Amino acid sequence: MSVLVFAENWDGKFKKITHELVSYASGIAELTGGVVNVLSIGKVEEDELTGLGRFGAEKIWKVEGDEVAFLDNRVFASVLAEAVEKTGSRTVVLAHNNTGKAVAPCLSARLKAALGASVVALPESHNPFVVKKKVFNGNAFARVALNTEMRVLTLMQNSYGLHEREKQPEILDFVPGKAEKPAIRVEEVRKQTGKILLADADIVVSGGRGMKGPENWTMLEELAGVLNAATACSRPVSDEGWRPHSEHTGQTGKIIAPSLYIAVGISGAIQHVAGVRGSKYIVAINKDPDAPIFEVADYGIVGDAFKVVPEFTRAVEEVKKS
Amino acid sequence: MKIAVCLSHVPDTTTRIRFVDNNRRLDTNGVQWIINPWDELALTRALEIKESSGGRVEKVTVVHVGRAGADPTLRKAMAIGADNAIRVDADPADAFSVASHLAAALRQESFDLILCGIESSDYNNSAVGGMLAELLSVTSVSAVSGLEPADDGWLLHRDIDGGVEKIVASSPLVAIVQKGIAREPRIPSMRGIMMAKQKPLQVVPGVEVNPLTEYLGFEIPAPKPPCRKLDPEQVKELAGLLHKEAKVI
Repeated sequence: MSVLVFAENWDGKFKKITHELVSYASGIAELTGGVVNVLSIGKVEEDELTGLGRFGAEKIWKVEGDEVAFLDNRVFASVLAEAVEKTGSRTVVLAHNNTGKAVAPCLSARLKAALGASVVALPESHNPFVVKKKVFNGNAFARVALNTEMRVLTLMQNSYGLHEREKQPEILDFVPGKAEKPAIRVEEVRKQTGKILLADADIVVSGGRGMKGPENWTMLEELAGVLNAATACSRPVSDEGWRPHSEHTGQTGKIIAPSLYIAVGISGAIQHVAGVRGSKYIVAINKDPDAPIFEVADYGIVGDAFKVVPEFTRAVEEVKKS
Repeated sequence: MKIAVCLSHVPDTTTRIRFVDNNRRLDTNGVQWIINPWDELALTRALEIKESSGGRVEKVTVVHVGRAGADPTLRKAMAIGADNAIRVDADPADAFSVASHLAAALRQESFDLILCGIESSDYNNSAVGGMLAELLSVTSVSAVSGLEPADDGWLLHRDIDGGVEKIVASSPLVAIVQKGIAREPRIPSMRGIMMAKQKPLQVVPGVEVNPLTEYLGFEIPAPKPPCRKLDPEQVKELAGLLHKEAKVI
C-alpha cells in the first residue's frame, strides 16, 4: 500500500511544496500502511534528495535520462505508471501546480485510477478513500470518494504544511523501460531570474485599480522589498497592461496561498478573492470602507493607500529591526 | 484542418454557491449558466486561428457532455462563431466519464487540434483535457498561453514558474489552455445569433462508462471572523499585530 510522490525540481533543487508533498504522503502512509517512495525526474543535487528523508521519504528513485529532460505529459505519465508498478504503490501524490495538473490526469486515465484533484487535507478515511477538495473556486469544499484500487491526488500548496517524520532514505536509480518517446520539442525557454516567484512567495504585496497607474507601483515594490515579498495585481491591472499577466492573481489568473497577502487598492471582487482566499492572513488597505475585500481580510486600514503604504513600509522596517 | 473546442457549462462566476438535499447537490435555483471562462477563451482563439488561416481551417466544432439544458450555451458558442456543435447526451458524472464521452465523440472525426480550458470553474479538477488526450493516445500540452499554426504543426507557449517555454508539436494535438491564450472573449453579434439558429447542433448518445469518483457532499467554509479595522494613523499597530499576533512578519 505504498505511496508514491512525484518530486519536480527547479534547476536541481526542490521547493517547500516538494517537502509538503512528502509530508502529506507520509500522512497517507500512516493511514493506509506502506512506505513513502519518491520519484525524482531530472538532475537533482544529492543532498536535496537526502533532505526528503526529514519528511518521511524512505525510498527515493531518480530518473535522469534525456527522455525526461523536459515535460512531455505522456512521457512523464508513462514513467510514473512504471514507477507505480515497481514500487507497488496504490496512491500517487503530485502538486496541484502547472506540472501536476498536466501529468496527473494523464496518469489517472492511463491507470484507470480515480483522480482527487486540488485536495486540501488528508483523506478522512481510506476504505472508502474519501478526500476533501476545493470546488467552486474555493467557495465550497466537496467530499469525494475515490472508488478505485489506485488513486492519483494533487495537493493544493500550503494546505497541509510541513510535518517532520525523520527517515534515512535510500537513493536508487530508476531506469524506465517502458517510457513513451517525447512528441514535443522545446525550442526556447525564457525565465526571469532573481525575482521572488509569486507561487513560492510567503508574503505577497498586491495592487489594484486603486493604485491609479503603473508609475505608482514603486511604493508597492518598496514594501515588497522590505518584506521579502513577491508582487501581484488584480485582473483590471493586468488587462490595462500596468503589470504583466503573470502577476494577475484571481480565479482566471494565479491561485495563491501565501502566509500573508496584502491587498492595496483592490476592491475584492468575488473572482479576485477566489485566487487569494487560501492565504493565511489577508491585510486590506482601501479608502472605501464598504469594499468587499474587508469581508475576507483579517486586518484592514481604511485610508488613502498613497499615504498609508509608505508609512506602513517604514513601520515594517522598524519591526524587522527590533 | 478541423479544430474542436470542448465546452463546459458552469454557473456564472458571481453565483452565490448554495447546496440542497442535505448538502449533496448544488442549488441551481436562479443560477445563470455560462460557458466556462477558460473554454470561452479557447473558443475565441480557435476562431482567430480559423479566420487568419486563409481557408486552411475548414471548421471549428464545439463539443459538450450534458443534457439539453446546455443547448443555449452551445447556441451561444455558435453565435460567437463556431460552425457546429455536438452534445453528448449523458450526465457528466465525473471528469473521467466526461473525458470518456468526449473521446468517443471526437474519435468519429479526425480533428487536428482539440482545445480544452485548463479547468472548469465548478469542480476545479483541471482533469478533462489530460484524460481526454490519454484516452485518445494523443499528445497534450498543458498551461498553454499562446498558440498558432506552424509549418509542421503548432507553435505553443507554455507557462512555467517565472517564465515561458516555446514548444513545437505536431497534429493531432490536445492543447489545454489558460489565461493569455486570447485577450477578451467575444460577444455574440445580432447577426451571429440569427445565424446560430441555422447551424447544426447534433445530439449523440453517450458511451458505457463507470465513473471513478463519487461526490458525497459539499460544505461551505466557515465565515472568517470580522476584519479588524484600524485607522490610517495606526500603521505601527498593524505592523505590530502582524509581527506579534499573526507572526507572519
